[in-house]
Amino acid sequence: MKKMDRDGAFSTLVSAIAAHHGFVYSEAPDLTHDASAPRTRTSGVVYESPSGRLANTGTILQEAENRLRVLFIAGLDGDPNAYRDFLQALTRHLRGYLRRRIPQHRDDVEDLVQDILLAVHNARHTYRTDEPLTAWLHAIARYKLMDYFRSRARRESLNDPIDDYADLLAVSDDEPAQARRDIGKLLEDLPDKQRLPIVHMKLEGLSVMETARITGLSESAVKVGVHRGLKALAARLRGLR
Amino acid sequence: MKTDDLIGLLSNQVTRIDRGAVARRFARALLLGALGSVILMAIVYGVRPDLASIARTPVFWAKMAYPFVVAIGAFIAVTRLGRPGVRAGYAWALVGVPFVAVWLAGWLVLEGAAPAERLPIVLGQSWRTCPFNILLLSVPTFPAVFWAMKSLAPTRLRLVGAVAGLLASAIATVAYCLHCPEMSPAFWSVWYAIGMMLPAGIGAWLGPRLLRW
Repeated sequence: MKKMDRDGAFSTLVSAIAAHHGFVYSEAPDLTHDASAPRTRTSGVVYESPSGRLANTGTILQEAENRLRVLFIAGLDGDPNAYRDFLQALTRHLRGYLRRRIPQHRDDVEDLVQDILLAVHNARHTYRTDEPLTAWLHAIARYKLMDYFRSRARRESLNDPIDDYADLLAVSDDEPAQARRDIGKLLEDLPDKQRLPIVHMKLEGLSVMETARITGLSESAVKVGVHRGLKALAARLRGLR
Repeated sequence: MKTDDLIGLLSNQVTRIDRGAVARRFARALLLGALGSVILMAIVYGVRPDLASIARTPVFWAKMAYPFVVAIGAFIAVTRLGRPGVRAGYAWALVGVPFVAVWLAGWLVLEGAAPAERLPIVLGQSWRTCPFNILLLSVPTFPAVFWAMKSLAPTRLRLVGAVAGLLASAIATVAYCLHCPEMSPAFWSVWYAIGMMLPAGIGAWLGPRLLRW
């Protein structure tokens, strides 16, 4: 039963990717990356639609997987444009995926999207290039969704149930919805060793070398500061739930 | 901050990832943890005096191989489970085989013994303390393993906590073999197994708290 749930959820994300990619992704911006495209995997068992409705679902999903993978792997090698394209595509899939998973809490969707983006970023070194990227992404999305359900259940067991009525009236339909927590504000609370590298490199777009010069930190301390700072941000987001 | 701004923040000046960082962290953690266990064993219990002669017997190496293979299996399992979407797979077999082998050997030993001798063989001289000695020797390895796990991204926290605890206790058990006087598989099959399971249980208990990310 549990396994079926997982597979069901998996095929939902996969079809979300297919639905978006089959059509939206024709604007694929960076053809130069195709030169480094990984060998096409032919084993594709996991991608097949369980019901077999569409004969070519497997191919579409395979293409979606391959496109995302090329962008993501280029991002792992330090290509910011490919990485941004990857995160944007992923964001579209995540919104669709989460809106279907938590239709009754649409206000939380954008917060969760941001949580998952940050989690994907912080865990990006754990992806092994011989594994399907979709499975890796789905495991992270699912983990964050379960974490959300757990903290929500805990919060609701403490709160007066009358809050549910308030929730009902508070539903808004903005697209894309606003995130309720502000990561920018959380950033201001980080210690300088983490905050300054993030502000200079990630917001102002300076290089590691320039950031090191301005802050007086070593280049490796700058990189470590960014890494630890983003992990600390994820932890603080968790604490707010 | 809007999601688009977050995407900008994450992708801006993104640096190439260091593919060897996780391996280096595990190497450092496991070596330091094992060293800590050996030192603790030498101080608290003392290396067995006849180690030089006993090290020439195959039984001694069979005893060392038991927790050592469990540690290899647990290591492969946690480093796989620490990556989202990856299953432990064949690592479970590597964890299970040493236990099964020792149980079979212990059963054969008891089969060949007279009924009145069987219980004393299983209890040995140190059954009361053995599991707790292993627990104590896990004190250096347990935080080392969990610190290394923080560089990965496990999604099944209780399971990974248990296997990480098993990895810590299996390394501690290898260190304990340099002290432990018991030479019967019938003894190891019960008391070593309990000793290794205690930290695994603690790991399962603490996993969701320590490994959440």
